[in-house]
Amino acid sequence: MPATPQRRAAAVAVVLLAVPALLPLASAAAAWLAPAGEVWQHQLAHVLPRVGLNTALLLGLVAIVTAVLGTGLAWLVAGHEFPGRGVFAWALLLPLAVPGYVLAVVFAGALDFAGPLQSWLRETLHPGLRLPPIRSLGGAALVLSLCLYPYVYLLARVAFETAGARTLEAAQTLGLDRHAAFRHALLPMARPAVAAGVGLVCMETLADFGVVAALNVDTFTTAIYRAWYGMFSLAAALQMAALLALLALAGVWLERRLRGDRSFAGQRPSGALQRQQLTGGRAMAATLAAAGVLAVAFVLPMGQLLAWAVRHAAADLDVRYWAFAARSVALAGSGALVVVAAALLHGYALRAERRGWVRGLGRIATVGYAIPGTVLAVGLFAPVAALDNFLQARFDAALGSSAPQLFLQGTLLTMFVAYLARFLAVGTGPVESGLERIHRNLDEAATLLGAGSLARLRRLHLPLLRGSLLAAAVLVFVDLMKELPITLMTRPFGFETLAVRVFEMAAEGEWERAALPSVLIVAAGVLPVILLARRVTHVA
Amino acid sequence: MIRNVFPGALAAIALAAGSLLPLATEAETLVVYSARNEQLIKPVFDAYTRATGTEVKFATGDAAVLIERLAAEGRNSPADLLMTVDAGELWNAAERGLLRPIDSQVLARNIPAHLRDPGRRWFGLSLRARTIFFNPQRVDPAQLSTYEALAGPAWRGRLCLRTSKKVYNQSLVAMMLAEHGEPKTEQIVRGWVANLATDPFANDTALLEAIAAGQCDVGIVNTYYFGRIVREKRDFPVRPFWANQGAGGTHVNISGAGVTRHSRNAAAATRFLEWLSSGEAQAHFAAVNMEYPVNPAAAVDPLVASWGQFERSPLNVAEAGRLQPAAVRLMDRAGYR
Repeated sequence: MPATPQRRAAAVAVVLLAVPALLPLASAAAAWLAPAGEVWQHQLAHVLPRVGLNTALLLGLVAIVTAVLGTGLAWLVAGHEFPGRGVFAWALLLPLAVPGYVLAVVFAGALDFAGPLQSWLRETLHPGLRLPPIRSLGGAALVLSLCLYPYVYLLARVAFETAGARTLEAAQTLGLDRHAAFRHALLPMARPAVAAGVGLVCMETLADFGVVAALNVDTFTTAIYRAWYGMFSLAAALQMAALLALLALAGVWLERRLRGDRSFAGQRPSGALQRQQLTGGRAMAATLAAAGVLAVAFVLPMGQLLAWAVRHAAADLDVRYWAFAARSVALAGSGALVVVAAALLHGYALRAERRGWVRGLGRIATVGYAIPGTVLAVGLFAPVAALDNFLQARFDAALGSSAPQLFLQGTLLTMFVAYLARFLAVGTGPVESGLERIHRNLDEAATLLGAGSLARLRRLHLPLLRGSLLAAAVLVFVDLMKELPITLMTRPFGFETLAVRVFEMAAEGEWERAALPSVLIVAAGVLPVILLARRVTHVA
Repeated sequence: MIRNVFPGALAAIALAAGSLLPLATEAETLVVYSARNEQLIKPVFDAYTRATGTEVKFATGDAAVLIERLAAEGRNSPADLLMTVDAGELWNAAERGLLRPIDSQVLARNIPAHLRDPGRRWFGLSLRARTIFFNPQRVDPAQLSTYEALAGPAWRGRLCLRTSKKVYNQSLVAMMLAEHGEPKTEQIVRGWVANLATDPFANDTALLEAIAAGQCDVGIVNTYYFGRIVREKRDFPVRPFWANQGAGGTHVNISGAGVTRHSRNAAAATRFLEWLSSGEAQAHFAAVNMEYPVNPAAAVDPLVASWGQFERSPLNVAEAGRLQPAAVRLMDRAGYR
């Protein structure tokens, strides 16, 4: 294929979109140029074998549990009729709005030896009674799975509801019963969606610091922070972060391989999936299963948070909270728009330009999601501050004492660049799978009819992509509501958000007082999540 | 929906561009990068503004992050002061040349020598004591003596510790390194790990509650966490014990601050530090978090005072920073997570 101006523009777009992620990655790679020998010897001997094993176990457990839970619940809700289904359909997405670190603290408080459940069990049943420890690898896997399964649930449900009817029909024509059709036809059909969901889950798990720190589980991420905060070696921390990014890239590559060349493209939008009516014990089991997950992942933790919030609201809740909430929503909203616009551009550029290096760069642009937020923030901050210093020196030389003071690193612009570096993956997931479902023949037909690329975008693609864009926007929005390290480091002075509020309280161990801003984060995230859930059936 | 997106995106870009406007640095404004959190500094900073007219702006965050921020910003940094909740972090910032020496008679007079940098680059502003807490129903305080003794066989399965990831424990072990040297300290830490009743906790509050619930009998905790609980629950069944009395003194750390190398308002920043170290401001700064003032002349919160007088470790808290990386490595080797 000759390089048309369009393809050149596409390549340029991919390069530009990769810059935010490349900056911290370059910082991390550069750290390898000056080996932190002493720290590394120690890490290899006493730290990495243990945290490597822990990280692998955690990743495996969370991937398996979210895949099973997410796909199972998606099939339950998409393929069956049972009491409460209409509510569970959207409510099962709600855990997305709860920050993982908050859920971890609630679980630790409720389920530890000194917590209410175990205390009650010891008093009423047997003084020697013990539950499995929540402050453990298993506990961390539980908490992470409960707050991350909705990614898989959402994407799998979209797959079942958009292409499920025809697949099921075809399988049943071949004589398979509904159960066999699910195993042999629907599940393979949904595999790319499940893989995309589990991919996001794995990247979040790799980058997670909040949950594992709250439950004191040592992982690769905690080792990164220990080298930096504890041993004063940012170099060693960045080196380990570079390894983490490589691991994530390998994961992205693996996910692509697992997906194979199965594509939704060319599949006609099929009719609504016929839901099987469950009756009697099976209906009750379905309701109980969905209610159980929802209770453990959302309702009970929220109850605890609300109880704490109410206890401290009299002292803490004041007019400033309106400003905190307004800033959080404005920041997350505008951030989501920026990320989704970038994801759309990214998707189009990769659709137009399929050369190997461009695609590779396109993938690299998304691995920021697997890098611990604070490391990414510092990795990005240093080059921006260097640019600021460079420009300032030029200004000062040219204008002397009347030169304006630049402060690039403390601006919302820097914040948004960092958000792009971190969250592009969350936007590209849904956008790409949406684009994959639009066959190229459609593009060509539109071009033949004389529609330019903008007209094609507006009149043909956007209507078809609406659902995917909405899904992307909501996922990024709730992630940004919860985001802390980047906001903390790059916010302008006095710019406080709800997440920053949680940090202020939590950093001093005042968890009960952190409940109030946490509840507000969840409340602000719930509405868009419900909106998404109601529209998800239209994601075709 | 998409048609509504573009005005929103434009607004976002306008918002971002608006913040690009130059940030004026007026003479009467101080900027603090603070690892001490908003609720603990704002009341005191506001009092300073009321008293002097000088506005105090601040950005909070983890100390390590704020230090990297200072380093990356270099001479264009807007920060005049760096404030942390641990001496080790101030030591690190000073080592990296991010703080400037300050000559101040007031600071030298108000703050005991072991709670400030021998190189005059940072100063303790409140004192945090980390000592032994016990369950009086299960432990006779006569059995208690030192941190070191908690490594003995009498405490097998009875000890609770917070994670070694927390800087407070890194500082405690660093100070033990300064006192005992490496082999003996490692032996003590191994003894602690062998005595653990349960995996280390993520925070001091959960640890105190575990002692109250009987999961373990003793633990090592900063006193203000205890203060926060007893302020609400007078009958909380845990008591403090002052460790190492007559044997080197109880481990203390500081929350403190230093003036940045590139501050444009170093004189004003110094005056602010002097104000914080004296009189009512000093008492207030400690009392908001039930810590101890560094200035012996300042009043102690009545609840805090009710725990009694104690002998403090006279070692300079700078040692906590110098030996912190070694302490972390030691704890890794000893299996203290």
